[in-house]
Amino acid sequence: MIHFFQSIPYDQLVIQTLNGIVTGMILALVASGLTLIFGIMDVVNFAHGELFMLGAYIGVIVLTATGSFWLALVLAALVVAILGAAMQIVTLRPLIGRDPLTTILATFGISLILQNYVLWQFGPVSRKISEPITAHFNLFYLEYPWYRLLIAALSALIIGGFWLFLKHGKYGIWIRATTQDRVMAQAMGIPVPWVYTGVFAIGAGLAAASGVLFAPLAGVSHTMGLDWVLKAFIVVVVGGMGNLGGSIAAAIFISLLESYASIWVNPSQAVIVSFVVLILTLLFRPTGLFVPTPK
Amino acid sequence: MTTAPLDKAMPFKKAGLSHTAIYWMSFCAVMAVLIVAPLVLPEFWRRFLTEVLIWGLLAMSSDLLIGYTGMISFGHSAFFGLGMYGAAAALLLFSPPNLWLAIVFGLIGAAIVALFVAYFSTRLRDIYFAITTLIFSQIFYVIIFTWTSVTGGENGLIFTRPHFSIPFLVDARFTSSTMHWFVLAVVTGSYLILRRVTQSPFGMVLQSIRENEARTRAIGYPVQRYKIAAVMLSGLFAGLAGVLYAIQNEFAAPDFVYFITSGDTVIFNVMGGIGTLVGPIVGAGFFQLLRELMARIFGDQFPYLVPLGFIFIGMIIFLPQGLLGFARRWLNR
Repeated sequence: MIHFFQSIPYDQLVIQTLNGIVTGMILALVASGLTLIFGIMDVVNFAHGELFMLGAYIGVIVLTATGSFWLALVLAALVVAILGAAMQIVTLRPLIGRDPLTTILATFGISLILQNYVLWQFGPVSRKISEPITAHFNLFYLEYPWYRLLIAALSALIIGGFWLFLKHGKYGIWIRATTQDRVMAQAMGIPVPWVYTGVFAIGAGLAAASGVLFAPLAGVSHTMGLDWVLKAFIVVVVGGMGNLGGSIAAAIFISLLESYASIWVNPSQAVIVSFVVLILTLLFRPTGLFVPTPK
Repeated sequence: MTTAPLDKAMPFKKAGLSHTAIYWMSFCAVMAVLIVAPLVLPEFWRRFLTEVLIWGLLAMSSDLLIGYTGMISFGHSAFFGLGMYGAAAALLLFSPPNLWLAIVFGLIGAAIVALFVAYFSTRLRDIYFAITTLIFSQIFYVIIFTWTSVTGGENGLIFTRPHFSIPFLVDARFTSSTMHWFVLAVVTGSYLILRRVTQSPFGMVLQSIRENEARTRAIGYPVQRYKIAAVMLSGLFAGLAGVLYAIQNEFAAPDFVYFITSGDTVIFNVMGGIGTLVGPIVGAGFFQLLRELMARIFGDQFPYLVPLGFIFIGMIIFLPQGLLGFARRWLNR
């Protein structure tokens, strides 16, 4: 037993905990948009990963044009939010009232268009952007960048702000009312179709913001969308579809597990861990790990 | 995803022919065209047609789930890919490479994956089913991609095409024409089997699951068992398509286990018309033809999936029944 504990490298454990929390917070930001859209509109947004990727690319463009990372973050979120609203109006609105499965097909079509357009426009080579803050601090033998902690903090801030907006803002209350009972909400004078559009725009903006925040860590490429949307799907299923708190908890939980796993196996195989979590969840708690079992 | 299509069989009724007669006459006409095609077409289009048939078989297998059971699978690449790698294993392990062993191995590979996927993902419905099948296919992609010593990793496996052999009778090299006829025979056989299945009592239960799952369960059918059987059956035929593709192209690559293949399968289905079995083959042909046309007009670098994506979304909104949707009821009678 003692031997087993000695074999765990403590320094790596601390480092991987930090890494896990950082990616977990970005993932939470992506997944919260996805779960919000699902919870309100019954739409599984297949194009969510592509919005993330598009956000990162717009971030790269604005950054090279202006040199300001923070301007890139805000602009990317805004542009993608407007694009998201347009997508919703053009493709998803005509599908309201049809089988929810048709929306997954429509958003899949959108993701095809976006991904291949970006591939054509920017080429297959991934782009690197530098971190806006280059300071480091010493962590065992590593120089750990402050920027990563800043990402975690910023993501938490965005999610917190969003939560406050849902809780107390006028439009946030509209959104929650629509989630609970869309017919009643409509009867109370809430413009439900526009709430849908707004929610889709917010979700898209959140995805784009997380894309820009993540861009300096691993570079920007046209295929990054699918990896993230898969992870976000896992998180959303594990956390309980449409459940914001559950998604955030699941995002951090799964990212931590993947980080710890990457101490022992190579990172591309560490993904399997999150798949295993998903399978176990489906077997034992199909409604999600972080929601009370419905009676 | 069900709305009653128009019944176009009416005009034929006046001619005094029964539905069955017309059905088999048009079946024979299409078969005749497909049999003669390789003799007329140049080499490129011959291969093109063969591949359309293979993709059509893959899409047709997925139609059993999408069109008849009401479950959208985004994970058919796993079955297709395992069929491919199963065939590759047989062709590399045994010498001389044997066609039938390749098929058996491919089907076993696909069946194992299908059992695994079916057992877990049929616990969930609708969108959740779609997502879990997608995630399962990615699991197999990661395994195949990273297990370099067995699967060749990113490079995949290369092998030689087996001879067409029936013991003591025939042992002939495949030419592109005989390959086409072989693929055509397999696809036609699969179509007839799948058509029989969808019209059997088993198929009726699947369709009742699509129409109203709760009521089917209430009548007393073990819905989950039926779904597992449907996914496995679908997986087997998808695996068969994988075997054919491997034999046709003489390689197995992890790209085909990747999500793109599953996505294409769904596109073929939606474009051609779900719930028709032949629709997906037409969809595959339509898709590949548009793609080829665009490559010829705008050059190889043209992102053909962008306009195809717009066409796809347009069809979902304005033509949800697909190209063959108008004939859906007629084809299923």
